[in-house]
Amino acid sequence: MNGSNGNGALLQVEGLSKFFDGLPAVRDVSFELRRSETLGIVGESGSGKTTLARCILRAIDPDAGIVRFQSADGWVELQELSAKELIPLRREMQMIFQDPFASLNPRMTVREILEEPLIIHRAGNREERLAAVLDMLDHVQLEHDSLTRYPHAFSGGQRQRIGIARALILRPNLVVCDESVSALDVSVQAQIINLLEDLQRELGLTYLFVAHDLSVVQHICDRVLVMHRGRVVESGPVDELFAHPREDYTRLLLSAIPSPDPDVPLQPLDRRTLGL
Amino acid sequence: MDAVLSIRDLAVEFQTDTGLTHALVDVGFDVPRGQVTAIVGESGSGKSVTANCIMRLIQPPGRIVGGTIEFAPERVPPFEIVGLANKDPRLLELHGGLISMVFQEPMTALSPVYTVGNQVAEAILCHRKVSRREAWRESAEMLERVGLDDIERRMRQYPFEFSGGMRQRVVIAMALVCHPEVLICDEPTTALDVTIQAEILTLIKNLQAELGNSVIFITHDLGVVAQIADQVVVMYQGRVLEIGTVRQVLKDPAHPYTRGLLAAIPGLAPKGEPLATIASVVGGQDIETPHPLRRLADGRQVSLPASAESGP
Repeated sequence: MNGSNGNGALLQVEGLSKFFDGLPAVRDVSFELRRSETLGIVGESGSGKTTLARCILRAIDPDAGIVRFQSADGWVELQELSAKELIPLRREMQMIFQDPFASLNPRMTVREILEEPLIIHRAGNREERLAAVLDMLDHVQLEHDSLTRYPHAFSGGQRQRIGIARALILRPNLVVCDESVSALDVSVQAQIINLLEDLQRELGLTYLFVAHDLSVVQHICDRVLVMHRGRVVESGPVDELFAHPREDYTRLLLSAIPSPDPDVPLQPLDRRTLGL
Repeated sequence: MDAVLSIRDLAVEFQTDTGLTHALVDVGFDVPRGQVTAIVGESGSGKSVTANCIMRLIQPPGRIVGGTIEFAPERVPPFEIVGLANKDPRLLELHGGLISMVFQEPMTALSPVYTVGNQVAEAILCHRKVSRREAWRESAEMLERVGLDDIERRMRQYPFEFSGGMRQRVVIAMALVCHPEVLICDEPTTALDVTIQAEILTLIKNLQAELGNSVIFITHDLGVVAQIADQVVVMYQGRVLEIGTVRQVLKDPAHPYTRGLLAAIPGLAPKGEPLATIASVVGGQDIETPHPLRRLADGRQVSLPASAESGP
């Protein structure tokens, strides 16, 4: 794999590893993310999916491996860059968090929240920034009078729209969604999933979608990586992988999903008999 | 039907900064003895408030402003819960003795500074006059029943030494150790991984079949409901919209809101198409105006005006 001509690739990860106090959290993970696709990362808590996502964005530093990202100025190896060199690249890769209550500063208005990334990256003057903020409110379907209000005045779903707007206001290419719909009620969750899919089409976004809910992943993702104990145990197109899982661990995960049909009984596989 | 709990016209208000919030409005349903009743709804629908009323755990600024909860246990004479005085000894017997509760977050339900064995045994010592040794022995038995290994060593450990799933097993053991007639589970698997959730659901179901107690299971996950419930109560904005058997409610929902809840589950929608939302399924139909529950020919109850006949 040559970094300079990845075919439609936006991100290439090779041999990524991360240890915490000597314990492996992510072990030798390699994959490629293509432009405009949605790649799911699934696994139980502790499987390393969030650590992997954070290593890619350099929110934490990986201990080994290569993370190639195609920036506006060509391919860069993120793990090589200093904190200062990373700053301009932060415009191109953003994160949407899980908890819409914890991820917004309660003392900032929506306008301040959305304007802050633009100010940090010195994008536009006051009028241009306001125009960008209003435009982004339209994209996430929030009223313009939201500008002067504080996060507490919004419902969970609306707050998640604010979090999405903040992530997208710099017009990134790569968006990491870390359990971004997990804390939401099913009807609000459906709205936010639809919004993420609309925005992907409108803005040409590439999603790395970290989630533990396999039915959400099946709906939104093109391909999926299954992680277990820090390793990718299986990957492939989501429908194929869900219909014909090859690995025992994937079969264990899929067998544990309770069906909303009362006539399809839950028959989870046993971790111990599988030797996992 | 033999009901262990009969809830009628239950109303709860919360005094908030912005005025009075009606958390429950005329909530009424029966909990059949020896079965699993699921209460489903989104956040704010009143499902946990209903459970807290049964346990008399409503604290200011909230208060129960009306209604009755008739409790018909087998061990003691029946009594009404809402009207019990705070010092009534039956309230002590109710808490953890006749009715017990399993919460969402097992770490907050357990004390970090007592061993697991201590905490389970304490539940017995609170309710029965037995020796510490006997309480310890019964605790060990119950912990084994919920699937713990190496019991004597595990009982001397602290909750932080347990995984999330194992902690929830301990909480379930604590809840069942006094043989309650009703077990209330308030989103007991929401904080757990799907694999652990499957184990805990299987455990609750098997124990219920063995012990024959009644279960009230609160959840927002219709997949969980399908797997655990006999009867389903659908709540929305403090009201009951639909009551029926699990097959009636999930396979042929009568209320447009229930149809919306089902349609919004991601796995059921075709890929590439937008997910149905409650608003898109409910469409122009009015689900905000309260209507009294009506019993349909097939026995289920639904909160719809008589003119709007059921069925999509």
